Amino acid sequence: MLEISGLKAGYGPVTILHDIAMSIEAGEIVAVLGSNGVGKTTLNNVISGIIKPRAGTLRFDGQDITGKRPRDIVAMGLAQVPEGRKIFPNLTVRENLELGAFRRAGRNRARNFERMCTIFPRLRERLKQRAGTLSGGEQQMLAIGRGLMSEPKLVILDEPSLGLSPLLVEEMFSLIQTINRDGLAVLLVEQNVVQSLAISKRTYVLEQGRFAIVGQSADVLNDPKLRQTYLGL
Amino acid sequence: MLGLVVPAILSGLTTGAVYALVALGLTLIYGVLHIINFAHGSLLMAALYVALVLNMRLGLDPYVALPIVVAVFFCAGYLLQRFVVDTFSHGRDANILLVTLALSIIIDNGALYLFTSNTRTVDVPYAFDMIEVGPAFIPLPKVVAFVAALVIAGLLWLVMRHTRLGAAIRAVAIEKRGAELMGIDVKHTYAMCFGIGTACVAAAACLLLPTFYVTPQVGYAFVLVAFTTVVLGGMGSLGGALVAGLLLGVVEALCGLFLGETLGQIGIFAAFILTLLFRPAGLFAPKVA
Ligand SMILES: Nc1ncnc2c1ncn2[C@@H]1O[C@H](COP(=O)(O)OP(=O)(O)OP(=O)(O)O)[C@@H](O)[C@H]1O
Ligand SMILES: [Mg+2]
Repeated sequence: MLEISGLKAGYGPVTILHDIAMSIEAGEIVAVLGSNGVGKTTLNNVISGIIKPRAGTLRFDGQDITGKRPRDIVAMGLAQVPEGRKIFPNLTVRENLELGAFRRAGRNRARNFERMCTIFPRLRERLKQRAGTLSGGEQQMLAIGRGLMSEPKLVILDEPSLGLSPLLVEEMFSLIQTINRDGLAVLLVEQNVVQSLAISKRTYVLEQGRFAIVGQSADVLNDPKLRQTYLGL
Repeated sequence: MLGLVVPAILSGLTTGAVYALVALGLTLIYGVLHIINFAHGSLLMAALYVALVLNMRLGLDPYVALPIVVAVFFCAGYLLQRFVVDTFSHGRDANILLVTLALSIIIDNGALYLFTSNTRTVDVPYAFDMIEVGPAFIPLPKVVAFVAALVIAGLLWLVMRHTRLGAAIRAVAIEKRGAELMGIDVKHTYAMCFGIGTACVAAAACLLLPTFYVTPQVGYAFVLVAFTTVVLGGMGSLGGALVAGLLLGVVEALCGLFLGETLGQIGIFAAFILTLLFRPAGLFAPKVA
């Protein structure tokens, strides 16, 4: 579904990502783990077309998407729920959700809107509220709901559990499994190592712009290097 | 004297509606692109000339020409933003200011070259028709301008509130990255805003022409008032610009009444200074749209 090879990207004179190769199959949850500042968000933004790569190719759904504009990538069915949510605070919850279907699945907007209200009942109660006044957890729900409004085939979630209370983190991870059950592929970018490994099929661990550990999530969990660096065991 | 106050207020409202229309364009562009469009006054002047030429050459009444001029200036604004302002500014705000300033110099001098600095007016048969409004008689073109400006402001509100484009504009205004990730084309949205803002001055020009004169410098008189209106209404607020425009029209008319016709605009600038001193964020809480 998504194949990346030889990817290089950065900002100005600095190169952040060196020679990245990864793939995501249809219906899979794939985790990308890594500590602060290693380039996870940069990778997401390259995939979404916001940052142009310096080298390498990206293919999505059989097509070359290297250097394509964000709007075209969204139109193909690749959505991103960005770090920091980036919802529209001045718009209502309803308007935020509706804008999720701006480029794609506009015809099914009403149906998907209803679906989001079912998945996120707390949003349904607040449809007329300005999104900026939602709590952090509600904003994260809204950001995910908005991302799913375009009926993506692959959704990138950039640190969806960031800033959530432990209870909500649990809820978030089970939610990710729920949306994946319908066949939606998920690229889960996280720092929550244990839970991400638990729900993902495969994992890539990013270190200094390269994937240091790659494998089935069950194997990665037992990788001595990972246990030492990320779990302190 | 008091018998003159009400007519002055009514007349002020008609002028104020046109101020508001010019300011709506400016505040929309500011609120979404976060730039001050220094070419706004020059575009108003250019639209006045276009309407004037359509009248002189084709005999088109300025009101009949309005939809045409508005459409032409919408396209011109769209293209200017997309291919001139955006291209030459390389995304840096300081450059955008310079590019719009350069545009205004080019448009002004172009007008000077094409039309000389002579003052021109159109002849319309209804220029001196009066309409009785309560205790006052208001020139027909001013009543038309008032009503039309309010209708256009209402249309703008509808577009912003109840269309896909309006939602996209409001989204881009405050969360560009989020909008991009929803597949909203930010450059296109910016250009649409610039086009709509320019269309607003084009409409204002057609409404002004029957009662006003045209020179290559005429834009400055309005753009200063428009800046005042935008600040008074809260930078980027459409509703604020509408109320502030009407208010400034009335202030000007009352100052004209009490201090003498030529000193009317003193009230506007006094209001501006007072705003900056006491309510620098505008009379109303500043918010986009
Ligand atoms: N717009 C930018 N210009 C210059 N450098 C940037 C820019 N955005 C990010 N960087 C740098 O790129 C590096 C990687 O940033 P990135 O946001 O991709 O990290 P991350 O893995 O997502 O971190 P976190 O887990 O904290 O979100 C950082 O050193 C950051 O300072
Ligand atoms: Mg990040």
